Amino acid sequence: MADIAELKLMASQVRRDIIRMVSGANSGHPGGSLGCADFMTALYKNILQNNPADFRYDGHGHDMFYLSNGHISPLWYSVLARTGYFGVEELGSFRKLGARLQGHPTPDKGIPGVRVASGSLGQGLSVGIGTALAKKMNGDRSLVFTLHGDGELQEGQIWEAAMFAGAKKVDNIIATVDYNGKQIDGPVDHVLSLGDLEAKWRAFGWEVLTMNGNVMEEVVDTLGKARSMTGNGKPIVILMKTEMGFGVDFMMGTHAWHGKAPNAEQTEKALAQLEETLGDY
Amino acid sequence: MIKYENTGSKDTRSGFGAALDILGDENPNVVALCADLIGSLKMDNFVAKHPERFIQTGIAETNMIGMAAGLAVAGKIPFAGTFAAFASGHVYNQIRQSVCYSKTNVKIAASHAGITLGEDGATHQIMEDIGLMKMLPNMVVINPCDYNQTKAATLAAAEYVGPVYLRFGRPVVPNFTAADQKFEIGKAVMMNPGKDVTLIATGHLVWKSIQAAEILENEGISVELINVHTIKPLDANAIIESAKKTGAVVVAEEHLISGGLGESVAQVLSQNVPTPMEFVAVDDKFGESGTPDELMKKFHLDTSDVVEAVKRVLSRK
Repeated sequence: MADIAELKLMASQVRRDIIRMVSGANSGHPGGSLGCADFMTALYKNILQNNPADFRYDGHGHDMFYLSNGHISPLWYSVLARTGYFGVEELGSFRKLGARLQGHPTPDKGIPGVRVASGSLGQGLSVGIGTALAKKMNGDRSLVFTLHGDGELQEGQIWEAAMFAGAKKVDNIIATVDYNGKQIDGPVDHVLSLGDLEAKWRAFGWEVLTMNGNVMEEVVDTLGKARSMTGNGKPIVILMKTEMGFGVDFMMGTHAWHGKAPNAEQTEKALAQLEETLGDY
Repeated sequence: MIKYENTGSKDTRSGFGAALDILGDENPNVVALCADLIGSLKMDNFVAKHPERFIQTGIAETNMIGMAAGLAVAGKIPFAGTFAAFASGHVYNQIRQSVCYSKTNVKIAASHAGITLGEDGATHQIMEDIGLMKMLPNMVVINPCDYNQTKAATLAAAEYVGPVYLRFGRPVVPNFTAADQKFEIGKAVMMNPGKDVTLIATGHLVWKSIQAAEILENEGISVELINVHTIKPLDANAIIESAKKTGAVVVAEEHLISGGLGESVAQVLSQNVPTPMEFVAVDDKFGESGTPDELMKKFHLDTSDVVEAVKRVLSRK
């Protein structure tokens, strides 16, 4: 269990990793990755009850996580490496030929921590619910966590899954939505508004929590609260307000960095804003 | 000609249901999912006996496939059932990413495949599903021919670790393969050795092909009949060896020509032993309403169509 200061130090390093990985591959998705860095750091360091050194594909007895918005893979890979799933030196292979760290996450090449491929959006909630059902059948009281983009909620499958989990009382899953309000073509409200998102989830039978995903104390507290609310007959969703590009000034306040790599000069400028706390890979 | 006897007509979907019932009793890891079609998929016994391992998904097939993948990760052997039209085309992307690319141990139970779905018409009569599913890396595609074989195939699918698309049908059809058969995924079944022509059939066309072979035999044509229940992985050796012997091949299936078993066979033969071929299959058309028998005639999937295809290919030898 890390304290808040430690988590913030790690999140800074994770953000450096994201910039360096995307820059090194000259492709990838820095915006959402940066925005969710605090959440993923807190989740893997303080919340998930599992053992990275003993990664079990079937996750029996372990909390499990599925990244549904697979394009923020550099964030996931960095956090997995920084918490001991594999060596940090492998981060340099991101998106390179033959790498286990594919552009979008996949178990295809055997990277520890990844169980199901994601990238084509909308599928991870169903997968998480399926695993949550299996845990119930197995008498396994550990939990399933998922993360989704807000634009991803435009996919119909999300609402099939949401309806199912609410109706069938799948109360051992905690889904989080990266509610940054931006997607590739612009603000979510312009592309296709999600309307009253909180009311929508409640109407589908979910407990809804909200938090600022870029305030570490709030992230840790809310995730802890979500865990304490499991097992009460309702699935839980956290609507997590974040800033796309958080931590790098010129990547914030715009959707321009959703899926674009910084050039050498921009990379330097970004890294100057992010303290190297744990040593670059 | 080896004699095959119809031991009592049954629907192939009931073979699936019977096997699922057995699996429910014998394998605690087997779970079943269904998108509001329990009766159609003959899952009733499993549902009644093992409600804690049955998941009613409602009419939400994409979620069903995703949940099946999540169940498989945690060690379950999920059989996700619905009509073939919805079990393939409707959820292609979910199968592609969450099942095949992720190599999750999901079994897709696709009932009411092909034109013999009958009166409901073309919206439900999928004849593209073999093609869709065989194109997916890591997918096994099985299309058994009768009740007994469907039952055996279902049991084999549960044993096999990896994604399987199990295709079966709605109508009552002759049941003629052995009740105690051992089903080997990827191994073609020699139904009748012959020397003049190779007749390769799958699914409901196997019985039609038996009847056709008997007619041809009476006319002095020796037919080598092969039941290819596994479209992928294809038993290429059996096909190549037979084609070398006979020098003429007909493939019969309840599917479009495009994407079907015939296309796979043509690929194997063109690379190994180029051989004249004819196809008994549907040519780039949607189906329509009618009884299964009427439709098999209208869409040229009947015994007489197999006989004619054999004569055509023999004329090209």
